[in-house]
Amino acid sequence: MIELILFYVVAAVLVFSAGMVVTVRNPVIAALSLVLCFFCSAAIWMLLEAEFLAIVLVLVYVGAVMVLFLFVVMMLDINLAELRAGFSRFLPIGLTVALVMIFAMVLVLGSGFFAGSNYVPLKHAAEYSNTRELGLLLYTEYLYPFEIAGAILLVAIIAAIALTLRKSRNNRSPAPAKQVIVKRADRIRLVKMESEQKP
Amino acid sequence: MIALPQVLILAAILFCISVAGIFINRKNVLILLMCIELMLLSVNMNFIAFSQFLGDIHGQVFVFFILTVAAAESAIGLGILVVLFRNRNTINVSELDSMKG
Repeated sequence: MIELILFYVVAAVLVFSAGMVVTVRNPVIAALSLVLCFFCSAAIWMLLEAEFLAIVLVLVYVGAVMVLFLFVVMMLDINLAELRAGFSRFLPIGLTVALVMIFAMVLVLGSGFFAGSNYVPLKHAAEYSNTRELGLLLYTEYLYPFEIAGAILLVAIIAAIALTLRKSRNNRSPAPAKQVIVKRADRIRLVKMESEQKP
Repeated sequence: MIALPQVLILAAILFCISVAGIFINRKNVLILLMCIELMLLSVNMNFIAFSQFLGDIHGQVFVFFILTVAAAESAIGLGILVVLFRNRNTINVSELDSMKG
């Protein structure tokens, strides 16, 4: 019972803060509302016994991605009034689409198909470790996908740095293009000369 | 006791809010990126709900990979955004209409 109350409270905060993200005027407040969204989702995942992913969500998303978002929001000098133009014009379209989609999904999901006895949650014992189970799968069956995920992160690091790196004018880095097109004749001069006698 | 339809409906509402957000904030690239993050979050919630209610932990491994790719995506997206702002001095989608950077 207490789980259900907790679920409804957290879900209400989650929906409210998601609404804040899409409607609020200031991007900083939108980013902070998104942080609240992630915290509430982590709480719900905790209720669903996915402890490892809940903690990863807080660490990776709140700790890294949203801080990145906040950095970018504060770094860019955005004209807010210009970006808000057309907000009220597109509001009816967005609301209509959202309401139709919610209506259809509630119709499908609330029909009782997913409420059957096939879908009873697994209650684990106290010594069950979610992290251990995930690790056992991740390092055996999903080893190659796991390594590919690492490669994707490496590519993302390199791409983000390469995109935003500002070239300074007076650095002394070598120019690879010039180095490659150099011929042997540009560097070496062979001289034919007579051998000299010692006086 | 939480039942499966409750979690699924919550994820559906979250997804619909972010779709509406994409329609409403179609000028601001930053809010669009945030809406995409919100969508991925709702999809992840579906994965975790099914993984818990079907007793199959493979769904949680999928969520792990989705989180990885989403983090890489947002890092590159924000990098592109910064370069875009540096070159064009705006992030208004309707003004980004030339092929030359």
